[in-house]
Parts: sequence; structure tokens; C-alpha cells
Amino acid sequence: MTLEIAVAAALFVGVLAYALFAGADFGSGFFDLTAGGPSRGAEMRSLVDHSIGPVWEANHVWLIFCLVTWWTGFPRSFAAMTTTLFIPLALALAGIVLRGAAFAFRKYAPSLGQARLYGAVFAGSSLVTPFFLGTVAGAIASGRVPAEGYGDRWSSWLNPVSLFGGVIAVGTCAFLAGTFLCADAERTGHGGLIDTLRRRTLGVGVITGLVVFAALIPIRQDAPTLARGLERQAAPLIVISAIAGVTTLGLLWRRRFSPARITAVAAVATVISGWGVGQYPWLLVDQVRINDAGGARSTLIGLIIAVGCATVVVLPPLAGLYWFTQSEHLDEADAH
Amino acid sequence: MLPLIAQPAGLLPAREQMAVSLGWHIVLAAFGAAFPAMIFVMHLRGLRGNETCLRLAQRWSKVAAVLFAIGAVSGTVLSFEMGLLWPGLMGRFGDVLGLPFAFEGLSFFTEAIFLGIYLYGWDRLPRWLHLWALVPMMAAGVFGTYCVVSANAWMNMPSGFTLTASGEVVDVHPWRAMFNGRAFLQFAHMWLAAYMLVGFVVAAVYATGMLRGRLDEHHRQGLTVPLVFASVAAILQPVVGHVLGMALGDIQPTKLAAFELATTTEQPAPLRIGGLLIDGQARGYLEIPRWGSFIARGSFNKPVQGLDAFPAQDLPPVNVTHIAFQSMVGIGTLLALAVTVYWVLRWRGHDLIRRRWALRCLVVAGPLAVLALESGWVATEVGRQPWTVFGVLRTVQAAGDNPGLWWMFSGVLVVYLGMTVGALVVLRSMARRWRAGEEELPSPYGPAPEKAATR
Ligand code: HDD
Ligand code: HEM
Ligand code: HEM
Repeated sequence: MTLEIAVAAALFVGVLAYALFAGADFGSGFFDLTAGGPSRGAEMRSLVDHSIGPVWEANHVWLIFCLVTWWTGFPRSFAAMTTTLFIPLALALAGIVLRGAAFAFRKYAPSLGQARLYGAVFAGSSLVTPFFLGTVAGAIASGRVPAEGYGDRWSSWLNPVSLFGGVIAVGTCAFLAGTFLCADAERTGHGGLIDTLRRRTLGVGVITGLVVFAALIPIRQDAPTLARGLERQAAPLIVISAIAGVTTLGLLWRRRFSPARITAVAAVATVISGWGVGQYPWLLVDQVRINDAGGARSTLIGLIIAVGCATVVVLPPLAGLYWFTQSEHLDEADAH
Repeated sequence: MLPLIAQPAGLLPAREQMAVSLGWHIVLAAFGAAFPAMIFVMHLRGLRGNETCLRLAQRWSKVAAVLFAIGAVSGTVLSFEMGLLWPGLMGRFGDVLGLPFAFEGLSFFTEAIFLGIYLYGWDRLPRWLHLWALVPMMAAGVFGTYCVVSANAWMNMPSGFTLTASGEVVDVHPWRAMFNGRAFLQFAHMWLAAYMLVGFVVAAVYATGMLRGRLDEHHRQGLTVPLVFASVAAILQPVVGHVLGMALGDIQPTKLAAFELATTTEQPAPLRIGGLLIDGQARGYLEIPRWGSFIARGSFNKPVQGLDAFPAQDLPPVNVTHIAFQSMVGIGTLLALAVTVYWVLRWRGHDLIRRRWALRCLVVAGPLAVLALESGWVATEVGRQPWTVFGVLRTVQAAGDNPGLWWMFSGVLVVYLGMTVGALVVLRSMARRWRAGEEELPSPYGPAPEKAATR
């Protein structure tokens, strides 16, 4: 394995973690948005608040990790990406800012009116962000980011593969969030929410699954390199993803929410890994190979060291945070 | 300013946007760097039995939750902007200056994780363990500030690479870039500035309350603890700043000339206070002989190089740099003197906090500290112009060629204005409800979800 591949692998782990953890946070915006009027939706919104409140900032840092690793490890391709995909990146960024700020404001909003305003901004921007990040992924995967940058500002992300990418991103986020919220609702005793959550999650899951398979058609026409990868080295992942997805639906149907979380994560993780493995060895598909994109060797080594430090310093407390917030029981939650 | 080099479409809006978004982020970043330590002291005193302090720590942690959230998103904006606005910098030098950013990411992780634990931990964690969750946050604040300031110090004094004749970047030593000679001092200065900003701003909030007649223990504690932090920082700051400035004559003589409003080289050089450069002439300043040499070079006799010693296309915008620099130094000197007077009098038995005029001064000190910090950055960044990486990469080369940037800049203005208003409205409403005796600030969606569910 070359240094470049090692750094790219670390980068991809960041993408995966962001998609799974921050994805679930984003997806809860969908349930927030569709929770109904202020009194009917109050319980759902409180649940969303409670579930993502302590963790969303930590989950968000994965994105920073990805950006920084990319520009440090593969600087030229980073500039190529930003100059080409300026518009979707700027829109995703707007979503990130609005979501984070509005979420924090809503928690301490003095009146219902203000809370509704912030809540609408939070929920809406939670859907905007994954959509545009999905189009970015689609643009890279379909070979629309030229090595020298400054690709077409519009068609690079307004094309079938990118748009499917955006929709899939939103769908997978909502699916993940729904599964987690079902489990949270069960654990914290919100029996009343479970029916709605379960129904919507099943709906979103079925639709997203269909969209993923429908996307294979434009991918074959429009992104032949990725399509070849998906049919060859990434095929097992796609199959596993399909199985895990269907299993999740089954578990949700039978109200086995706790194990459904695991299979849902597996389904999404394998879809995303399928994309990564499918486009290997390209960093920017058809344009730049990972092995040709690396920056200075000494910097790549430095990055590996940084990633090593992060594994030791960050992962244990991160695991602790999840354990701490997930292991809380009813009586303790009542204490505040 | 730069007639010889064609300006790419992305230049002007990118500069404006960078200035706005960094100027905004830096205020919240200062809270991220300095506030945890103040909460720690409050919380510690609370655990030792002072109920008022415990309540203050609890309230401050809720304020921190709001501030850190918008700090984090505004920092994300910066990460995107490095690529969106300055592709010429990141494409060529990303692997030289990237490493401190990578380590900065590590400290953000730590900060965000322990923030989550701390906020969520009230009444859930054992009391002392809960307090200790603040320590990793403080450590991450220090380390993160070092990292990001080190990237900036590298732009001021580039090191750790070689340029070939054709302009290629080779022989990269990222560690040398990360631990460049300027980084530690610049970090120390920034770190103190953060303590000054947060300390004076928080003290100003409680001073306002006392002016409105709330003269209780709560306000006294809320004013004193941050004021102690701010005072220590304010007294050290001029020393560190002076040392930082002394090397400038060697590292960035053009910046120094602009700071000192020196049109021609003089030996010894006077200190010019105030004044503007009008039609190439310095006008309207107050002159103190020899002190310019002392402040800039550490000796009453050394020369200070003037603007005329450099080609016109290598000079920064002089007036902005000069005014910003002098505002910072002026405010810094004033605040250092003021806190010295305060503590000396207090030591001799006169507590000025009982006087209304002293409280009024404290209320003004908060905004002044913010102004000093912003001015310092404007002096540093504008004074580095026309270079992004001093002597190596011009800002015109760093910028992209994107005609749509004005749109993004307008969007940034609107969103940041909205965030500022939102934050002020929410924070003020929190204070109002606290005063009305509500401690918990429940979600506006009614009772806590658990309670709703169990009833
Ligand atoms: C509360 C804020 C504050 C206060 C009171 C001061 N400074 Fe400052 N100064 C900053 C906040 C700041 C800053 C915003 O944090 C800067 C910008 C870059 C940096 O690292 O620190 C800065 C930069 C900066 C620089 C530029 C370094 C460079 O461009 O390389 C010099 C020479 C000084 N300062 C000197 C001083 C002196 C002599 C002060 C005496 C009172 C002083 N500062 C007070
Ligand atoms: C002197 C300048 C700066 C200082 C001292 C500083 C410091 C900080 C601190 C302490 C935080 C944590 C805020 C919090 O979560 O409470 C923060 C957030 C952040 N800063 Fe800055 N910053 C500076 C400039 C920059 C620049 C230039 C960048 C861009 C590359 C940047 C990127 C970020 C990011 C991405 C975050 C959010 C991390 C998160 O999600 O928590 N900062 N900054
Ligand atoms: C450590 C953190 C910082 C880093 C890494 C950083 C980086 C940069 C970069 C890359 C540019 C664009 C290139 C250039 O114009 O030279 C820039 C410009 C600028 N930055 Fe900073 N910056 C930092 C902190 C700040 C802060 C806190 C402020 C607050 C006011 C600030 C104000 C500005 C301004 C005003 C410009 C535009 C200068 C001009 O074009 O005239 N910077 N900075």
C-alpha cells in the first residue's frame, strides 16, 4: 500500500463516518419537518432535540477532518474540486451554518413563535445540506471535475448522476435517522411516537432503496468508470447493502428497533463504501488517480501521524460520549 | 493598489468575505479558547460550597452551548473558504501549511466531544468527574489556537519548503512549517487576547446589571472572576505584543513601515501617534522622538525603514494598517493601565466596583477588547498585503477566478447578520428568564419529553 492510498483510506473513513453519524443528525430534520403543527409535533421535536443535542457538534467535525485531510494530502485535486463545484459547496455550506445555528437557537428560544421559525430553518437546511453534498459526490464519481479545476460550474453537478446522488443522500440520512429515532423513542418511553416514526421510516427506506437501484441506470450511461467498478470489485458490497437494507425493513416491520439500527448502518455504510471501492483507484474519476495526486511525502507521513493521534485521542472519548448518551434510562432522564 | 497585475474576478469579493467571516469567527473562537477556563473556576468554587458560583457555572455552560455552536459553524465556513476563495493558495501550498489544520481538527473533536459530555452531564455525572470534563476542553482550546495561529504565522514568515526557479514547491518540511519561528509568540499574543476579550465582555455584562441596581453576590461573582482573568492577560499583553513587534523589522519591514507611518527611513525614528498618509505625505500625527526606534527595534538608535525603501507594488494599504495597529496598541495600553489602577486601589482597600463611573468604564472595556482584537488582526492581515504568503505568493495569485463570488458574499452578509441577531435575541431572552427566576429554560415545546411520556 502506498502512502497516498493510506491517506486516501483515512479520508474515506472520514467520509463514511460523516455520512453515518452526521447523516443521522441531518436526517432527523426530515422527521422534525414532517412532525406537524406546534402542539402535535411537540413530542417528536423534543425527541429530536434530545437525541442529537449532545452529539451533533462532534459528528460535524468529521466534515472538517475530511476537508483538511483532502487539502493537506491532495492539494491540487482539492483546488480542482472547489473551483469546479463552487455552487453546490456554497449551498451545502449555507445549509450547515443555518442548521447548526438554528438548532442551537431553538433549544433556548423564549417563545413558541421563535422556536417555530428556528425549527423550520433547522429542519429545512437539514435536507438541503446532504442533497448538495450528494451532488458533489455525484460530480466526482461521474468524472466531471477536471484535473486542472474550473470545470463547468453548472453541468458539473446538474446532471442525472449528481441529482440521484443528492436524492440518495437525503434518503439515506432520513432512513438512518428514522431507525435511530425509533430505537430512541422506545428506550425513552415515547410509545406514542413509534407508530408514526416506524411508518415514515419504512416509507423512506423503500423509496430510497428503489432510488438507489434506479440510479444504476444513469450511472451506467453517464459514469461508465464507476459503473464498471460497481459491477466488479464493488459488487459484493452492493449485494450486502441490498440484503442489509431489506433486513432493516423487516426488523422495522416487526418492531425490532434495536437490531434494526445495526443493519441500517450496515446498509448505508456498504452503499457508500461501494461508491468508494467502485471508483478506486481514481480520486477524481477519469482525471486523477490517488497515487498521482499526493502532496509532499513528508506531509503524507505527517498526516498519517495526525490520524494515528486522532485514533488514540479522539475515538475513546467519542465512544464514551455515545455510550453515555445512549445508556441513559428513564429515571435518570427525569432528573433534570 | 496593484496596477501591474491583472486582478482575477474572485479577488475583491474574496477579500471582503474573508475579512467578514474571520472577523466574526474570531470573536466566538475567543470564547471557545478562554471561556472553559472561566467556567472551570466558577464550577470549582461552586463544588466547594458556593451555591451562587454553581448557579453561575450552570448558566454559563448554557451560554457556551449557544456560542460554541455558532463558533463551530462559522469555523466550518472558514474551512470551506480556504478552498472556495483561495484555490491558488491551497492548491500550491496545501501540503505545506495543512498539517497544523489537521491537528486543529483533532482538537476540535476533543472540544466538541467534551462539550457534549459537559453540557449533558449536569445531574447525570458524578460531580467531580463532571467538572473534570472541562479540562480536555481547555487543553483543546490551547492546542487548537496554537495550530490555527501557526498557520497564520507561517503566512507571515513562510518556512519549511523551497521554491525552484520555475516556481515549483519542493523539499517540503511540514513540521518545520508548523513549528515556524513566529508561531509561538503569535499564539501567546492571540491566547492572551482571547482571555482579555472574554473576560472583559463577561465582566461588562455583569457591570451592566450592577448599574441597573442588581448589587447582589451573583453579580459580584460574575464580574470578579472574569475580571481577574482579563486583568492578568491585559497586563501581560503589552509585553508579549512588544516582543512580537520587535522582530517585524527583519521579517516584514513593509508592514513595520506602515505600522509606524514611516514614509522615509529614519535613524533614530520617532513614534507617530495618529495621523494619516495623504498624497504620500504623513499628516496630522503627534511625534515623540526616538520612541519609534525603541518600540520597533528595541533600541533608541536603530533605524526604521521607510515606505520609500520598497517598490510601490510591494506596499500594503498604509492607512488601514496604521490605524488598526495604533488602535490595538492604544486600547491595550489603556486597558493595562486601567486594571493596574483598579487592583492597586483594591489592594489598598478601595473597591472601585462600588462606584458607578468605574462600572461604566468596565461596560466600555468589553467592546474595547473586541475592537483591539479585531484591529490586531486587520493590522496583521492587511499589513501583509499584497502578499498572502509573505514574499512568496501574492494575493492575486491566491484568489480564484469566479465571477459569482459577489453573490456568495452577499449571502454571507445576510446569514451572518441573521446569526448575530438570533444569538443576541436568544441570549438576552435567556438572561431575562433567569432574572425572572426560571432556572431550567425548558424547550419551548413544552415539558421535557420524558415527563410528557411518563405522565
Ligand atoms: C485584545 C487584544 C489585543 C491587545 C490589547 C493587543 N493586541 Fe496586538 N494583536 C492582537 C490582539 C491584541 C491580535 C488580534 O490577536 C493579533 C493579530 C495577530 C496575532 O497573532 O495577534 C495582534 C497582532 C499584533 C502585532 C502584529 C504581529 C504581526 O503582524 O506579525 C503586533 C506587533 C502587536 N500585536 C503588538 C501589540 C502591542 C505592542 C500591544 C500593546 C499594548 C498589543 N499588541 C495589544
Ligand atoms: C486565530 C484564529 C482562530 C482561532 C483562535 C480559532 C479558534 C477556534 C476555536 C477555539 C474553535 C472552537 C469553537 C468551538 O467549538 O467552541 C474554532 C472553531 C473552528 N474553527 Fe477556528 N479559529 C481561528 C481561525 C480559524 C480559521 C482561519 C479556520 C479555517 C481554516 C478555522 C476553522 C475552524 C473550524 C472548522 C471550527 C469548527 C470546529 C467544530 O466543528 O467545532 N478557524 N476555532
Ligand atoms: C489564524 C488565522 C488566520 C488565517 C490562517 C488567515 C488566512 C487568511 C487568508 C488565506 C487570507 C487571504 C489571502 C490574503 O488576503 O492575504 C486572509 C485575508 C484576510 N484576513 Fe486572515 N487569516 C486568519 C485570521 C484572521 C482574522 C482573525 C481576521 C480578523 C479580522 C483576519 C482578517 C483578514 C482580512 C481583513 C483579510 C483580507 C486582507 C486584504 O485582502 O486586504 N484574518 N487571511
